[in-house]
Amino acid sequence: MEQTLLHPLIYLLAAVVAVPIAKKLGLGAVLGYLLAGIAIGPWGLGLISEVEDILHFSEFGVVLLLFLIGLELDPKRLWSLRRHIFGWGSAQVGLVSLGLFGAALAVGIDWRVALIGALGMSLSSTAIALATLGERKLTATPAGSAGFAILLFQDIAAIPMMAAVPLLGVAVAQGSGQGWLHTLQVVAVIALLIFGGRYLIRPILRIIAKTDMREIFTAFSLLLVIATCLLMQSVGMSMALGTFLAGVLLADSEYRHALESDLEPFKGLLLGLFFIAVGMSVDFGIFLEQPWLILGMVLGFLVIKTAVLYGLAKCFRIPRDQQVFFAFLLSQGGEFAFVVFGAAATAQVLTPRISSILVVVVALSMVITPLLLLLHDRVLLPRLQARGRQPEDDIEPQDNPVIIAGFGRFGQIVGRLLHANGIGLTILDHDPDQVESLRKFGFKVFYGDATRIDLLRTAGADKARLIVIAIDDAPASLKLVEAVQRAFPHLKIAARARNVTHLYDLMDRGVTVLERETFESALQMGRQVLRQLDFGSYRAHRAAMKFRAHNIETLHKLYPHYKDQQQMVSMAVQAREELEAMFASDNDAITDGDKHRWD
Amino acid sequence: MTTSRILILYAHPAHERSRANRTMIEAARTLPNVRIHDLYECYPDFHIDVDYEQTQLHEADLVVFHHPIHWYSMPALQKEWTDLVLERGWAFGPGGDALRGKDFWLVASTGGDEMSYQPNGRHGHPFDDFLPPYQQTAQLCGMHWKTPYLLHGAHQIDNDAMTMHAANYRALLDSYPEWPDSTSAGSPR
Repeated sequence: MEQTLLHPLIYLLAAVVAVPIAKKLGLGAVLGYLLAGIAIGPWGLGLISEVEDILHFSEFGVVLLLFLIGLELDPKRLWSLRRHIFGWGSAQVGLVSLGLFGAALAVGIDWRVALIGALGMSLSSTAIALATLGERKLTATPAGSAGFAILLFQDIAAIPMMAAVPLLGVAVAQGSGQGWLHTLQVVAVIALLIFGGRYLIRPILRIIAKTDMREIFTAFSLLLVIATCLLMQSVGMSMALGTFLAGVLLADSEYRHALESDLEPFKGLLLGLFFIAVGMSVDFGIFLEQPWLILGMVLGFLVIKTAVLYGLAKCFRIPRDQQVFFAFLLSQGGEFAFVVFGAAATAQVLTPRISSILVVVVALSMVITPLLLLLHDRVLLPRLQARGRQPEDDIEPQDNPVIIAGFGRFGQIVGRLLHANGIGLTILDHDPDQVESLRKFGFKVFYGDATRIDLLRTAGADKARLIVIAIDDAPASLKLVEAVQRAFPHLKIAARARNVTHLYDLMDRGVTVLERETFESALQMGRQVLRQLDFGSYRAHRAAMKFRAHNIETLHKLYPHYKDQQQMVSMAVQAREELEAMFASDNDAITDGDKHRWD
Repeated sequence: MTTSRILILYAHPAHERSRANRTMIEAARTLPNVRIHDLYECYPDFHIDVDYEQTQLHEADLVVFHHPIHWYSMPALQKEWTDLVLERGWAFGPGGDALRGKDFWLVASTGGDEMSYQPNGRHGHPFDDFLPPYQQTAQLCGMHWKTPYLLHGAHQIDNDAMTMHAANYRALLDSYPEWPDSTSAGSPR
């Protein structure tokens, strides 16, 4: 037991120590993890020595990352990005590979090694690039979305690359047999994924959601991702691509937010672990043997790749002050390189030694990227900004100004009024049946427990202006009010009150935009009854308005005393007597004809 | 001969408390070609259905504004009605000829008697001085201004006078459009 717990302890300790320090020094979390890995790895303090296993395990973090990214997108957006993905992506991979291939040949490397090396290293690190974009909140910028599209393409491109590796090798291609069968299997798997995602997963999610047990929902989310990975792996496809597709298929489902909230913590930790593993896998032994060769390779690699990327940035019309950032962002080698080189080594296209050298080069390039970005921030950006900013492209905000928590009879009316007036809504509800049927009417409704901060954050609470708390459980609504006030102090609250006591509890917490759930409708009913009893409709209207004003006034008058029941009863009685007196004086006027001003 | 169609726009905020106006309107109710549209009854929330109102107006030859005078003008809901229903492009302005040629008739009651509506009286002016807004409204919509049917001192009037006034009202409605002193739009009185 002690042995199995020791490693997690070390990882966690390394992360907890290194990352805050790195952030404090302005180095970014990614670099912190990488350095932590180097520190605890075989070449640092030597606390961990079996690096391979951890690298594989933590790749799961990358996989989760891609799933969550898929969730964020919806298929329509993906389709609309296809030009960027395939156009720009292929340009990037093609040109960088060409550049690296040419350079490698020029220094006399065997063409097969050069080809594999060039292709593998043309791919960038999805994990680093996306983590960096996320950390700096730059995902919605032109550089960010260009980078994202290219990374997506790279994930797709990795598949044919992996397929090409054995063809170059001397050894017999292993695994899945002839090309035809393999292609068929791939197509079948993708079809299964799409079919399952569209028609199977959501009903299952509904059933699980109805059990109302969060942990089972979380378990299913993980199950889904892992199962997709294994499925992909069985046909030799990229796991990350598979989960990305799965995510995209679920992106417009009502469970998106819940899935995101559940998996986000896992993703974060596992990604961190991944970066630690990369740090650990930097084989300083090889490095020490041929430091200059390796440094030279790293330098050459970075220069060529960055140069090509910079050129592409200009072609893609990325704003001037983001071009260098874009180039640095994607300049490193990626996780796939490890996979490609490993496969190449197995197929004996690369010798183990060359494979190790390449891995070190890639790992070093990954470590260097955060440093490059730091350089960009500290040195280049001020210079660029001094030259005057050009107007950037605007990506329209994804977040709606109003969140509605609870979309039952009450929340729906509020929501529909807002919707009819062009106000964007994000709706949260926790009844799967409700959610299901409402979506048929075209609302964006998401399933989730609105009292969870992470869910609210995913729903855009940071940027929204107001939240309507329309849930019917009074204690839960109070909890939600407190949670919102704690985590999102800027967010205005509009709350439904079940009854007067609930109203007072809400007022206690400083909520000022309130509405009793039955008051107005009961009043309207009263008006209708008066009309049925031959009151003129304007008279009934005025009577109701008068009653309403008096009622609200009484409500506020009684508020300070509501804790004291006794006091309240006597004041309420007094209030009623006042009202009766008011109506009486009103009524007298009708018989008292000639004194009155109206005729 | 086609029967004339009369629309009475009745605007009384406290009909149940009214004496004179209530008597008058009840008298008018008995006529088959008269449609009485009680604004405060239909729109207690002041949310006027403009399309419906305009359709009603189309189907009328004589449009009657029947209300007690409040502060030298019409009650608030009648004003709201005027503001919303008489749209540019429908009632006036380019293409606004929906009401052209129809007759406009003000039927009103005042609390103050005739004496108070004198230059040296409480209201400082003869009542005619308060008519231009009504007249110009009719004018702009291309309607013919009919001599108003007024009841001054509605609070003090005795029951007999009130009944007679109401009967006279009914008779006028009944005999429309054969009215003795049909005045055209333009100068007051």
